[in-house]
Amino acid sequence: MNQSSTAELKKTPLYRRHVAHGARMVPFGGWEMPVEYSGIVQEHLAVRTKAGLFDVSHMGQIELAGRDALAAIQRLSTNDASRLAVGQAQLSGLPTPEGTLIDDLLVYRLAGDHYMLVVNAGNIEKDYKWITAQARDSGDVAIVNSSSRYALLAVQGPAALEVAQRLTTVDLAAIPYYWFAHGEVGGIRSMISRTGYTGEDGVEIFIPPASAERLWNLILETGADVGIVPVGLGARDTLRLEAGMRLSGQDFDETTTALEAGLGWIVGWNKPDFIGKAPLERQRAEGLARKLVAFEMTAPGIARHGYKAIAASGEGVVTSGTQTPFLKKAIGLAYLPIAACSAGTDFEIDVRGRRVAARVVPSPFYKRLRS
Amino acid sequence: MYPSDRRYTKDHEWIVVSGTRGRVGITEYAQKQLGDVVFVESPEVGRNVAQGQVAGTIESVKAVSEIYSPASGTIAAANPGLASKPETVNTDPHGAGWLFEVELSSPSEIDGLLTAEQYAELVK
Repeated sequence: MNQSSTAELKKTPLYRRHVAHGARMVPFGGWEMPVEYSGIVQEHLAVRTKAGLFDVSHMGQIELAGRDALAAIQRLSTNDASRLAVGQAQLSGLPTPEGTLIDDLLVYRLAGDHYMLVVNAGNIEKDYKWITAQARDSGDVAIVNSSSRYALLAVQGPAALEVAQRLTTVDLAAIPYYWFAHGEVGGIRSMISRTGYTGEDGVEIFIPPASAERLWNLILETGADVGIVPVGLGARDTLRLEAGMRLSGQDFDETTTALEAGLGWIVGWNKPDFIGKAPLERQRAEGLARKLVAFEMTAPGIARHGYKAIAASGEGVVTSGTQTPFLKKAIGLAYLPIAACSAGTDFEIDVRGRRVAARVVPSPFYKRLRS
Repeated sequence: MYPSDRRYTKDHEWIVVSGTRGRVGITEYAQKQLGDVVFVESPEVGRNVAQGQVAGTIESVKAVSEIYSPASGTIAAANPGLASKPETVNTDPHGAGWLFEVELSSPSEIDGLLTAEQYAELVK
């Protein structure tokens, strides 16, 4: 850890709570964030079996408002935002003219002509600059980086809704997946979104930063009887990987297209032109040379980001890899030559000079049972 | 916290010597820093290692860390219990979570290592 740089790191409104909980704090995307409190394994298991509370206030918010806000979003993102009703959200991508991905983001339709993009912490400035530059000639649209106006708490796990419901009169079970509602949680004005990055049910709650500590404490107190625990970025990463969710900047970036990253489902093929559409259509027609696949190690060893993958048809690279606490397997994501991408294909990964056997498996690794 | 029957390194390993053989592990401080250990790659028995040389790796959920040999010699044993229960390194780092044993070729190296008091001071 680079101690000398921590002075320049940003802190969320919950920084003092994390320190008080005894969290190990690390730099992440320009922020000083908790990587673990009680331990990654314990926190991961709490989210899979009970509930966990995450501070994700480092995520960025960029709002677009005005008569031409939708047109601007349609042009600069991959998914079809015209399908969003007020109160609905979707996962989308921020493409380059080459069809590769600057970032992924959630698009929330707050009101008729008012949208909010939730972007990754390390990309806030980059995304905001890109978006304002691309939307310069988009007519009547105001673009604001409103990141400092929100704290964001995620409550995730099979008991998440039950815990959050004790603090609000908004009927949480009535909010469909990837929709949101406005209301009070613990007496605090909130936007409650049925979303998450763990593969579990739950909500993400947008609140004013000044109320963050109060709501954080309330949720932990209210959920104590079901065993809710604070969860850091370490378990957030293992949870999302088990659920087969990609991480921006690690599993995809400006060198990989949405199709290669397995994110074709966030491309609105039928909407009018958008940045990068032509190269994506060409790639879809011609076929891919490589693709991001899920894999499992079949011999002892753990693959990590950047390790070389060796398939019969050529080389690839591991983008994410860990030993998962819930499934207790070494799993990961890797770009492989297309001939090696079907489930069941055996290949090898260079684990610090040692070749270890791995196999392509269906994604996601973990899927919760929906009630 | 840090037993005085052994010596320590700046890299957070300990070595306890009996006869000509040293048993090596990582310290309580190191296991805490690492977090949940999920995989231990022990050195091959019979391999020669020099003091300070990489002799294996420990993987926690989030990272890989190298284990350095606190002393020169030949690897004589690796902890057989860690393959199925790597978390022993977290739960009992100074005891059942030991990593490997080395047949010492230069026992005097041990005297140059940190005492328990010096190590405790280092990680204070």
